[in-house]
Amino acid sequence: MARKLLAGATVVLLLSGCGGVGSGGDTGAAATLTSMGFGLGDEIATTRADLAGKAIAPATVKIGGSAFDAQQFLASVASRTPPDLVYLDRQLLGTYAARGTLEPLTDCIAQQHIDVGQYRPAALKEVTLDGKVYGMPEFYDNRVLLVNDAAVETSGMTPRDVSPADRAKLTTAAQKLTVRTGGGLSRIGFDPKIPEFLPLWAKANGVQMLSDDGRTAHLDDPRLAEALTYTKSLIDAQGGWSAVKAFRDSFDFFGEKNPFKQGQLAATLMDDWYLNVLANYSPDVRVSAAPFTDTAGTPIDWVTGSAWVIPAGSTHKEQACAWIKTMTDAPSWVAAAKARAEKRKAAGKAFTGVYTGNRVADQEIFGSFVQLKDRPAFDTAVQTVLRAQDSAFTMPASPAGSEFKTAWQNAVNRVLSGEQQPADALRQAQQEAQRALDAAAAHR
Amino acid sequence: MKRRTKEAWAAYAFLSPWMIGFVIFMAIPMIASLVLSFTDYDALRSPDAVGWANYRRLLEDPAVRKSLVNTLVYTVMSVPATMAVSLALASLLTRAGHRSAGFFRTVFYLPEITPKVAVGVLFLILFNGQAGLVNAVLGLVGIDGPQWSTDGPWVKPGLVLMHLWSVGSTVVIYLAALRGVPRELYEAAELDGASAWQRFRRITVPMISGALFFTLIVQTIAALQSFDEAYTAFYGSAASATYSNDAALFYLIYLFQQAFEFLHLGYASAMAWLLFVVILLITLVQVRLSRRFVHYEGGDR
Repeated sequence: MARKLLAGATVVLLLSGCGGVGSGGDTGAAATLTSMGFGLGDEIATTRADLAGKAIAPATVKIGGSAFDAQQFLASVASRTPPDLVYLDRQLLGTYAARGTLEPLTDCIAQQHIDVGQYRPAALKEVTLDGKVYGMPEFYDNRVLLVNDAAVETSGMTPRDVSPADRAKLTTAAQKLTVRTGGGLSRIGFDPKIPEFLPLWAKANGVQMLSDDGRTAHLDDPRLAEALTYTKSLIDAQGGWSAVKAFRDSFDFFGEKNPFKQGQLAATLMDDWYLNVLANYSPDVRVSAAPFTDTAGTPIDWVTGSAWVIPAGSTHKEQACAWIKTMTDAPSWVAAAKARAEKRKAAGKAFTGVYTGNRVADQEIFGSFVQLKDRPAFDTAVQTVLRAQDSAFTMPASPAGSEFKTAWQNAVNRVLSGEQQPADALRQAQQEAQRALDAAAAHR
Repeated sequence: MKRRTKEAWAAYAFLSPWMIGFVIFMAIPMIASLVLSFTDYDALRSPDAVGWANYRRLLEDPAVRKSLVNTLVYTVMSVPATMAVSLALASLLTRAGHRSAGFFRTVFYLPEITPKVAVGVLFLILFNGQAGLVNAVLGLVGIDGPQWSTDGPWVKPGLVLMHLWSVGSTVVIYLAALRGVPRELYEAAELDGASAWQRFRRITVPMISGALFFTLIVQTIAALQSFDEAYTAFYGSAASATYSNDAALFYLIYLFQQAFEFLHLGYASAMAWLLFVVILLITLVQVRLSRRFVHYEGGDR
């Protein structure tokens, strides 16, 4: 006990300079819940937060606005003053759940009568560890192929020529679409988005990088090395990683001078929400979407997103549960989508929808609020994303999710910087990841 | 009470805030960190004793070797560069007029108050190989600049150049030291026909060797603990959420990852003690060597 106290005190002391987010310590009737990782950035957030606030009134939630910070979370847990609500990446959830820092939502689901069936199974799988649900999924990010039609056509090609099914053809297209001026690039032909989207390429080569129970890494699979070799060759064909990355870093991705508008990017694998960015800033851009596929042409969609969780030491679990129920409930999503649709309509812009982890909400949103008949390009793209959802897969929750992700991303980075060959890098990553997974499992 | 005792108690009273702070925020965490370095601890559950396992793992971990080498290489590049640039700027300032010296002193010191995180973000903007200002300026003189932020061999030189942004405090120290050098020594040397370089080498450097030695120690320790700029640029920001460059993996960054991303606080504590030993050894070597080069007023060389 003394040892535990000493250790706890040490961490608190060490982290004391980093700030905390402890619970409000309410003495009156109206509790103030603390939160971490969530901000009220737009109407999608504010509309739902308003509804969730009404659901727990007279209690209120203090919203910090900054992104999830592992160090801050750790400090608050170690000092036994965790926030009441945490919003984090679903891929991190397993790491914290396995250490007993998150509340299983079994009681919450029962008490608040949450209809678990409304959530998309792939999203629910990401927040489930050892059969227990630890979080409520929020967004549902699909990864599809986005093509800048105008840029492709200026190269004498059609969007169909950018096809992941035919790898040789894709390489040729990437080379042909790449434009160099002077010493640098002025257009990237096809961005395979590695390291970020390696799981997508792995799946296309028949590799599931992590076993279903989240405890065995499959990073040394030769088919994964082949996928990495191929994606690296795509980048090399366009001038090499240094040039491609430097050019990509110079993009104004989320503004009016985005790479689609500027013609700096001909094709890329991308999250679905980028359609919304384009619809907002460049409504006239000619964009088309296609599902990512394996070499047989079978669609593959890697989905992930964020989740709401309740830390084990939360002092207002009931209200926290009511909050996350409302935030992820179908009526809240629909209200938020309506707010955005009206805002876009008032500005004369298109609304391309919000892809949520809630199946029921999406049916209503895409059935009633996404009206894109006057924007056929966006309409087709949205329909493509919706169809891609039928082929969704997720990375399973893992007790060492954070280390697993770091291991494979570092491996790709070593390959991209020319430090290692794909097979060697992935072999090293396999050892690092499996050691972390074994250690995490041993402590359970 | 005797006067001497009273004075001693007064001294203790004035020292006590610092001493209490030192014990609470430095001594106890250091001792606890030493204890934790022999445990498996994730900050969330009780620590389990693992003996020397963490230290044995240090020897086997390729990332420890990589990060240590990166940090040492960065230190070897950064410290002399910082000292040279600071000394050059301080020398220029000694020649400036009274009013302009004040202005430039402020200008040189201002970047010191820029948050290091902002400097890390600035690095990505200024040193972008395609659209960065640094390569644009190099282009004006016909130099095709490298890919500072993505090409492994150029990452550390880029970070060193970025670090030179904040040499203000070292400049102030050197300025004070340079102003303390007696003018008569220069006048006598000039009468003897000594060139500017000879005066610098034979008079300036020995006379300010105490300040040079002080900044060498301080800058070395700071460089060995480098974290903020490289972490922001390559590991911690949204822009670097997925891409990192092994060339920027400094020891403290890896330590931070182990402690706060992977929750291996026992292993991170062992890493912290290894760094402590490395810094101690390097400082001892520097102190030993300093006996030959540092000139103290009224003492032997």
